[in-house]
Amino acid sequence: MPKIAILKFPGTNCDEDVLRSLKEVDSGVKAEIVWHKDFRVGGGWDAVIVPGGFSYGDWLRAGAIAARSRAMRELAEATTRGVPVLGICNGFQILVEAGLLKGAFLPNESGRFICRWVRLRIDNPKGPWLSLTRSGDELHMPVAHGEGRYYIEERDYESVVSSSPILRYLPSDNPNGSSYNIAGIGTEDGYVLGLMPHPERAVNSLLAPRGFKPGGEVIFKSVLHSLKPGW
Amino acid sequence: MGLYRVVAVVSLKKGLKDPEAETIQKDLVLRHGYSAVKEVRVGKQLTFLVEAESPEEAISYVKEMCDKLMIYNPVIHELYVTLHA
Repeated sequence: MPKIAILKFPGTNCDEDVLRSLKEVDSGVKAEIVWHKDFRVGGGWDAVIVPGGFSYGDWLRAGAIAARSRAMRELAEATTRGVPVLGICNGFQILVEAGLLKGAFLPNESGRFICRWVRLRIDNPKGPWLSLTRSGDELHMPVAHGEGRYYIEERDYESVVSSSPILRYLPSDNPNGSSYNIAGIGTEDGYVLGLMPHPERAVNSLLAPRGFKPGGEVIFKSVLHSLKPGW
Repeated sequence: MGLYRVVAVVSLKKGLKDPEAETIQKDLVLRHGYSAVKEVRVGKQLTFLVEAESPEEAISYVKEMCDKLMIYNPVIHELYVTLHA
Protein backbone atom coordinates (compact mmCIF):
# COMPACT_ATOMS: atom_id res chain seq x y z
CA MET A 1 0.00 0.00 0.00
CA PRO A 2 1.34 3.44 -0.85
CA LYS A 3 2.04 5.85 1.98
CA ILE A 4 0.41 9.27 1.84
CA ALA A 5 1.37 12.24 4.01
CA ILE A 6 -1.20 14.88 4.92
CA LEU A 7 0.90 17.91 5.75
CA LYS A 8 -0.33 20.02 8.65
CA PHE A 9 0.66 23.59 9.46
CA PRO A 10 -0.57 25.68 12.37
CA GLY A 11 -4.06 26.65 11.22
CA THR A 12 -4.59 23.74 8.83
CA ASN A 13 -8.07 22.40 9.58
CA CYS A 14 -9.08 20.04 6.77
CA ASP A 15 -6.48 17.37 7.55
CA GLU A 16 -8.88 15.03 9.37
CA ASP A 17 -11.42 15.30 6.55
CA VAL A 18 -8.77 14.39 3.97
CA LEU A 19 -7.66 11.42 6.07
CA ARG A 20 -11.23 10.23 6.47
CA SER A 21 -11.91 10.62 2.74
CA LEU A 22 -8.88 8.54 1.83
CA LYS A 23 -10.03 5.85 4.25
CA GLU A 24 -13.54 5.97 2.85
CA VAL A 25 -12.14 5.37 -0.63
CA ASP A 26 -9.85 2.57 0.56
CA SER A 27 -10.06 1.42 4.17
CA GLY A 28 -6.59 -0.11 3.96
CA VAL A 29 -4.85 3.10 2.91
CA LYS A 30 -1.70 4.11 4.75
CA ALA A 31 -2.22 7.82 5.26
CA GLU A 32 -0.96 9.94 8.11
CA ILE A 33 -1.30 13.51 9.27
CA VAL A 34 2.26 14.85 9.50
CA TRP A 35 3.10 17.98 11.48
CA HIS A 36 5.15 20.32 9.28
CA LYS A 37 8.16 20.21 11.62
CA ASP A 38 8.28 16.43 11.29
CA PHE A 39 7.97 16.29 7.53
CA ARG A 40 11.07 14.98 5.71
CA VAL A 41 11.56 14.37 2.03
CA GLY A 42 13.17 11.05 2.89
CA GLY A 43 10.16 9.87 4.90
CA GLY A 44 9.18 7.31 2.28
CA TRP A 45 6.05 9.20 1.22
CA ASP A 46 4.55 8.12 -2.10
CA ALA A 47 2.29 11.17 -2.27
CA VAL A 48 1.67 14.30 -0.22
CA ILE A 49 -1.56 16.23 0.29
CA VAL A 50 -1.49 19.81 1.60
CA PRO A 51 -4.99 20.31 2.99
CA GLY A 52 -7.05 23.42 3.47
CA GLY A 53 -7.44 25.71 6.43
CA PHE A 54 -5.90 29.00 7.46
CA SER A 55 -2.17 28.31 7.80
CA TYR A 56 -0.55 30.93 10.03
CA GLY A 57 -3.90 32.68 10.24
CA ASP A 58 -3.73 33.69 6.55
CA TRP A 59 -1.54 36.55 7.78
CA LEU A 60 0.28 38.61 5.16
CA ARG A 61 -1.49 36.62 2.42
CA ALA A 62 -3.13 33.21 2.39
CA GLY A 63 -0.33 30.63 2.27
CA ALA A 64 2.53 33.15 2.19
CA ILE A 65 4.12 32.21 5.51
CA ALA A 66 3.78 28.42 5.19
CA ALA A 67 5.25 28.67 1.69
CA ARG A 68 8.53 29.90 3.16
CA SER A 69 8.77 27.06 5.71
CA ARG A 70 11.36 24.31 5.89
CA ALA A 71 8.66 21.71 5.22
CA MET A 72 7.87 23.39 1.91
CA ARG A 73 11.53 23.32 0.90
CA GLU A 74 11.46 19.59 1.63
CA LEU A 75 8.25 19.26 -0.37
CA ALA A 76 9.78 21.12 -3.33
CA GLU A 77 12.64 18.63 -3.21
CA ALA A 78 10.13 15.75 -3.12
CA THR A 79 8.47 17.05 -6.30
CA THR A 80 11.81 16.89 -8.13
CA ARG A 81 11.83 13.18 -7.23
CA GLY A 82 8.42 12.70 -8.80
CA VAL A 83 6.35 12.53 -5.62
CA PRO A 84 2.75 13.52 -6.48
CA VAL A 85 1.51 16.54 -4.50
CA LEU A 86 -2.07 17.77 -4.16
CA GLY A 87 -2.90 21.17 -2.67
CA ILE A 88 -6.48 21.78 -1.63
CA CYS A 89 -7.74 25.33 -1.00
CA ASN A 90 -5.20 26.82 1.44
CA GLY A 91 -2.88 24.00 0.33
CA PHE A 92 -3.25 25.23 -3.27
CA GLN A 93 -2.51 28.78 -2.10
CA ILE A 94 0.63 27.50 -0.35
CA LEU A 95 1.83 25.65 -3.48
CA VAL A 96 1.31 28.78 -5.57
CA GLU A 97 3.03 31.01 -3.01
CA ALA A 98 5.93 28.55 -2.95
CA GLY A 99 6.24 28.76 -6.73
CA LEU A 100 5.42 25.08 -7.29
CA LEU A 101 2.41 26.11 -9.36
CA LYS A 102 1.91 29.16 -11.56
CA GLY A 103 -0.29 32.12 -10.68
CA ALA A 104 -1.31 34.12 -7.64
CA PHE A 105 -4.37 34.61 -5.44
CA LEU A 106 -6.40 37.74 -4.82
CA PRO A 107 -9.31 38.35 -2.48
CA ASN A 108 -12.64 37.23 -3.97
CA GLU A 109 -14.14 39.77 -6.33
CA SER A 110 -17.20 40.04 -4.09
CA GLY A 111 -14.99 40.87 -1.13
CA ARG A 112 -16.69 38.10 0.84
CA PHE A 113 -15.88 34.63 2.06
CA ILE A 114 -17.75 32.23 -0.20
CA CYS A 115 -18.91 28.76 0.81
CA ARG A 116 -21.00 26.90 -1.76
CA TRP A 117 -21.04 24.01 -4.20
CA VAL A 118 -19.72 24.59 -7.71
CA ARG A 119 -19.48 22.67 -10.97
CA LEU A 120 -16.05 22.12 -12.52
CA ARG A 121 -14.94 20.94 -15.94
CA ILE A 122 -11.65 19.14 -16.52
CA ASP A 123 -9.26 20.04 -19.34
CA ASN A 124 -6.14 17.99 -20.16
CA PRO A 125 -6.43 15.48 -17.32
CA LYS A 126 -2.93 14.19 -16.65
CA GLY A 127 -0.99 12.78 -13.78
CA PRO A 128 -1.90 10.67 -10.77
CA TRP A 129 -4.62 12.90 -9.30
CA LEU A 130 -6.82 12.84 -12.41
CA SER A 131 -5.91 9.44 -13.84
CA LEU A 132 -9.49 8.13 -13.67
CA THR A 133 -11.04 11.22 -15.25
CA ARG A 134 -11.48 12.23 -18.87
CA SER A 135 -11.28 15.57 -20.60
CA GLY A 136 -14.59 17.36 -20.37
CA ASP A 137 -15.75 15.46 -17.26
CA GLU A 138 -17.83 17.54 -14.87
CA LEU A 139 -17.04 17.36 -11.15
CA HIS A 140 -19.07 18.90 -8.34
CA MET A 141 -17.65 19.96 -4.98
CA PRO A 142 -17.84 22.89 -2.58
CA VAL A 143 -15.56 25.91 -2.34
CA ALA A 144 -14.95 27.74 0.94
CA HIS A 145 -12.53 30.63 0.69
CA GLY A 146 -11.98 34.35 1.00
CA GLU A 147 -8.88 34.68 -1.20
CA GLY A 148 -9.74 32.41 -4.06
CA ARG A 149 -9.55 34.71 -7.08
CA TYR A 150 -6.90 32.90 -9.09
CA TYR A 151 -4.84 35.23 -11.24
CA ILE A 152 -2.44 34.25 -13.99
CA GLU A 153 -0.68 36.52 -16.46
CA GLU A 154 -1.73 36.07 -20.06
CA ARG A 155 1.64 34.82 -21.30
CA ASP A 156 1.82 32.25 -18.47
CA TYR A 157 -1.69 31.14 -19.31
CA GLU A 158 -0.83 30.74 -22.98
CA SER A 159 2.10 28.52 -21.97
CA VAL A 160 -0.05 26.11 -19.93
CA VAL A 161 -3.50 26.16 -21.51
CA SER A 162 -2.96 23.33 -23.96
CA SER A 163 -0.48 21.28 -21.92
CA SER A 164 -1.33 21.36 -18.21
CA PRO A 165 -4.33 19.94 -16.40
CA ILE A 166 -6.84 22.70 -15.64
CA LEU A 167 -10.06 22.53 -13.64
CA ARG A 168 -12.47 25.32 -14.51
CA TYR A 169 -15.62 26.58 -12.90
CA LEU A 170 -18.45 26.41 -15.38
CA PRO A 171 -18.67 30.04 -16.58
CA SER A 172 -21.99 30.56 -14.78
CA ASP A 173 -20.45 29.12 -11.60
CA ASN A 174 -17.25 31.17 -11.20
CA PRO A 175 -17.68 32.22 -7.57
CA ASN A 176 -14.77 34.60 -7.11
CA GLY A 177 -13.70 36.22 -10.39
CA SER A 178 -10.82 33.83 -11.16
CA SER A 179 -8.98 34.39 -14.47
CA TYR A 180 -10.19 32.06 -17.23
CA ASN A 181 -12.59 30.49 -14.67
CA ILE A 182 -9.64 28.55 -13.24
CA ALA A 183 -10.44 26.56 -10.09
CA GLY A 184 -7.39 24.33 -10.21
CA ILE A 185 -4.22 23.85 -12.18
CA GLY A 186 -1.35 21.40 -12.34
CA THR A 187 2.19 21.15 -13.55
CA GLU A 188 2.62 19.98 -17.13
CA ASP A 189 2.93 16.32 -16.05
CA GLY A 190 0.09 16.71 -13.53
CA TYR A 191 2.20 15.40 -10.64
CA VAL A 192 1.61 18.61 -8.72
CA LEU A 193 -2.02 19.71 -8.72
CA GLY A 194 -3.82 22.42 -6.78
CA LEU A 195 -7.48 23.26 -6.59
CA MET A 196 -9.62 25.66 -4.57
CA PRO A 197 -12.70 23.40 -4.19
CA HIS A 198 -12.64 20.71 -1.52
CA PRO A 199 -12.72 17.14 -2.88
CA GLU A 200 -12.65 15.80 0.69
CA ARG A 201 -16.04 17.43 1.29
CA ALA A 202 -17.49 15.64 -1.73
CA VAL A 203 -16.71 11.94 -1.38
CA ASN A 204 -20.15 10.78 -0.39
CA SER A 205 -23.60 11.45 -1.83
CA LEU A 206 -24.85 12.27 1.68
CA LEU A 207 -22.69 15.39 1.52
CA ALA A 208 -23.98 16.63 -1.83
CA PRO A 209 -26.93 19.02 -1.98
CA ARG A 210 -29.77 18.47 -4.43
CA GLY A 211 -28.61 18.83 -8.03
CA PHE A 212 -24.99 18.04 -7.27
CA LYS A 213 -23.02 14.80 -7.31
CA PRO A 214 -20.06 14.09 -5.02
CA GLY A 215 -17.12 14.79 -7.35
CA GLY A 216 -14.23 14.52 -4.93
CA GLU A 217 -14.05 10.76 -4.67
CA VAL A 218 -12.53 10.29 -8.12
CA ILE A 219 -9.46 12.38 -7.17
CA PHE A 220 -8.60 10.16 -4.22
CA LYS A 221 -9.43 7.01 -6.20
CA SER A 222 -7.21 8.25 -9.01
CA VAL A 223 -4.13 8.69 -6.86
CA LEU A 224 -4.58 5.31 -5.15
CA HIS A 225 -5.08 3.71 -8.55
CA SER A 226 -1.98 5.44 -9.96
CA LEU A 227 0.21 4.50 -7.03
CA LYS A 228 -0.85 0.85 -7.05
CA PRO A 229 1.44 -0.50 -9.78
CA GLY A 230 4.59 -1.72 -8.13
CA TRP A 231 2.95 -2.26 -4.74
CA MET B 1 24.38 52.96 13.68
CA GLY B 2 20.92 54.30 14.13
CA LEU B 3 17.38 53.02 14.32
CA TYR B 4 15.10 53.86 11.42
CA ARG B 5 11.41 53.24 11.05
CA VAL B 6 10.80 51.99 7.50
CA VAL B 7 7.30 51.69 6.09
CA ALA B 8 6.41 49.21 3.36
CA VAL B 9 3.03 49.47 1.66
CA VAL B 10 1.76 46.56 -0.42
CA SER B 11 -1.13 47.32 -2.74
CA LEU B 12 -2.69 45.75 -5.81
CA LYS B 13 -1.17 46.66 -9.15
CA LYS B 14 -3.08 49.09 -11.33
CA GLY B 15 -5.48 47.24 -13.58
CA LEU B 16 -6.35 44.58 -11.02
CA LYS B 17 -9.84 44.92 -9.67
CA ASP B 18 -9.74 46.14 -6.06
CA PRO B 19 -13.34 45.72 -4.82
CA GLU B 20 -12.68 47.12 -1.34
CA ALA B 21 -11.20 50.33 -2.74
CA GLU B 22 -13.99 50.66 -5.30
CA THR B 23 -16.62 50.34 -2.60
CA ILE B 24 -14.89 52.89 -0.38
CA GLN B 25 -14.72 55.35 -3.25
CA LYS B 26 -18.21 54.82 -4.60
CA ASP B 27 -20.21 54.32 -1.42
CA LEU B 28 -18.30 56.45 1.04
CA VAL B 29 -16.04 59.06 -0.53
CA LEU B 30 -18.12 60.13 -3.53
CA ARG B 31 -21.46 59.63 -1.79
CA HIS B 32 -20.39 62.21 0.76
CA GLY B 33 -19.39 64.71 -1.85
CA TYR B 34 -15.60 64.35 -1.93
CA SER B 35 -15.67 64.49 -5.69
CA ALA B 36 -12.05 65.65 -5.98
CA VAL B 37 -11.00 62.07 -5.14
CA LYS B 38 -10.43 60.35 -8.46
CA GLU B 39 -9.16 57.00 -7.23
CA VAL B 40 -8.91 55.01 -4.02
CA ARG B 41 -6.49 52.13 -3.50
CA VAL B 42 -6.27 49.87 -0.49
CA GLY B 43 -3.10 48.26 0.74
CA LYS B 44 -1.39 46.64 3.66
CA GLN B 45 1.18 48.61 5.63
CA LEU B 46 4.09 47.03 7.46
CA THR B 47 6.44 49.08 9.61
CA PHE B 48 9.94 47.80 10.36
CA LEU B 49 12.25 49.24 13.00
CA VAL B 50 15.66 48.71 11.41
CA GLU B 51 19.17 49.19 12.73
CA ALA B 52 21.35 50.61 9.95
CA GLU B 53 24.20 52.99 9.16
CA SER B 54 21.98 55.37 7.23
CA PRO B 55 18.36 55.85 6.20
CA GLU B 56 19.26 54.77 2.65
CA GLU B 57 20.75 51.53 3.96
CA ALA B 58 17.65 50.87 6.08
CA ILE B 59 15.41 51.34 3.05
CA SER B 60 17.45 49.11 0.76
CA TYR B 61 17.63 46.46 3.50
CA VAL B 62 13.83 46.40 3.75
CA LYS B 63 13.41 46.38 -0.04
CA GLU B 64 15.70 43.39 -0.36
CA MET B 65 13.91 41.57 2.44
CA CYS B 66 10.52 42.25 0.85
CA ASP B 67 11.81 40.77 -2.42
CA LYS B 68 13.45 37.71 -0.92
CA LEU B 69 10.70 36.76 1.51
CA MET B 70 7.97 37.72 -0.95
CA ILE B 71 6.40 40.11 1.52
CA TYR B 72 4.70 41.25 -1.69
CA ASN B 73 4.06 39.29 -4.86
CA PRO B 74 5.39 41.25 -7.86
CA VAL B 75 2.88 39.51 -10.14
CA ILE B 76 -0.07 41.20 -8.45
CA HIS B 77 1.33 43.82 -6.08
CA GLU B 78 3.14 47.12 -6.03
CA LEU B 79 5.54 47.80 -3.21
CA TYR B 80 6.19 51.27 -1.85
CA VAL B 81 8.98 51.61 0.69
CA THR B 82 9.68 54.85 2.49
CA LEU B 83 11.16 56.20 5.69
CA HIS B 84 8.64 56.96 8.40
CA ALA B 85 8.47 60.69 8.84
